[in-house]
Amino acid sequence: MNKVETISMSARAPENGSAPLLSARGLRLAFGLTEALRGIDLDCHAGEIIAVTGPSGSGKSTLLHVLAGVLVPDEGTVDYDTVRLTDLDEAGRSRLRLDKFGFVFQYGQLLPDLNAVDNVTIPLLLAGVKRREARRRADAWLDRLGLGECSRKLPGQLSGGQAQRVAIARALATKPTLLFTDEPTGSLDSLAAETVMLALTEAARDANTAVILTTHDPRTAAYADREVVVRDGQITIGGAYG
Amino acid sequence: MDNTTTLLGLLGTGASYGYDLKSRYDRWFGLKKPLAFGQVYTTLTRLMRNGWIVAIGAEAGAGPERKRYGITPAGRARVLEWIFTPEVPSETLQSDLFAKTIIALLLGDDAGRLLDLQRSRHMARMRELTNEKRGAGLAVVLACDHALFHIEADLRWIDLTAARLSQLQAEVKK
Repeated sequence: MNKVETISMSARAPENGSAPLLSARGLRLAFGLTEALRGIDLDCHAGEIIAVTGPSGSGKSTLLHVLAGVLVPDEGTVDYDTVRLTDLDEAGRSRLRLDKFGFVFQYGQLLPDLNAVDNVTIPLLLAGVKRREARRRADAWLDRLGLGECSRKLPGQLSGGQAQRVAIARALATKPTLLFTDEPTGSLDSLAAETVMLALTEAARDANTAVILTTHDPRTAAYADREVVVRDGQITIGGAYG
Repeated sequence: MDNTTTLLGLLGTGASYGYDLKSRYDRWFGLKKPLAFGQVYTTLTRLMRNGWIVAIGAEAGAGPERKRYGITPAGRARVLEWIFTPEVPSETLQSDLFAKTIIALLLGDDAGRLLDLQRSRHMARMRELTNEKRGAGLAVVLACDHALFHIEADLRWIDLTAARLSQLQAEVKK
């Protein structure tokens, strides 16, 4: 069996000498009698793009929410840089999410009464950036994502793919070190999905922002540096040799 | 499809006469095209020459001499190597993957693991093709897309089979 390939049962990236940006160990979480996570280890390095895949109900979205500090595990730890995320209270986790993390959801979830540029400006204002500078940065991000001509449109006037790219601009405008995105192409057709993933991965790479995304679509997962497969709350493939 | 190693894999479940081996092959893999008797015996000769099977005695009787064939440790190692070496994605992959899955289940080997290994091989190829598309001309993009959709079809089959492994295991044991 010497030629047989081995698979890693955890999802640590190949050693590159640097400490991971995010490190999870022994994550377990149950909802009632249902064990959503059953002992998950995962490392994400700075600038790395990881796709978490798996069938519906496998636990991939739950994992994303635990890594982002939205859900608290029953057991296990999540370390972000030098901070033990799982030891923080709700206020501490909220602060960390605001300062360091970005989020993009399946349907973009833009504020419907604000136009595209105002949607991107909001998180910058919340982060304390002056209005004029916030506006300048928001316009620059929309241009960067090919949305310069849509900046005054309301979300209802945008296509699904355009709205998702506005959501990406909003998430990246505050320069997060880590972006979480749950099914970013789940509501899009093939061409729009491709445009969104190209924009997302190129913008994230330029900004050295790490990305952890969930998807059930192999073509979306193929934009990541590696794939982590979750089945029944456990990682079955870590992509260590992929 | 690799008929030689598939037959070798079937012998891994126990020594067998050539005729019985052909029947078992046809049950799983010969629905559209049953294996010819001649091919069974030329394959068995080749497997013996490679040291992967041995003839276990001959029984004299009213009919022609009958030999049983049994797998050797080297033959079993060859089957394991075949099962756990991912195939290069191609249009004819499905039949090989199906054969590996059935043989793994018959032998009690980890069929889920072989599907995981193949999935990783497919995803690695999808990442390569996706990277080739970045900044490429439309002709290259469309050629890569064609390959990507074919690989995706294989992946869907792999995922569905993985989800049905328990059911398939039960059928194989009947």
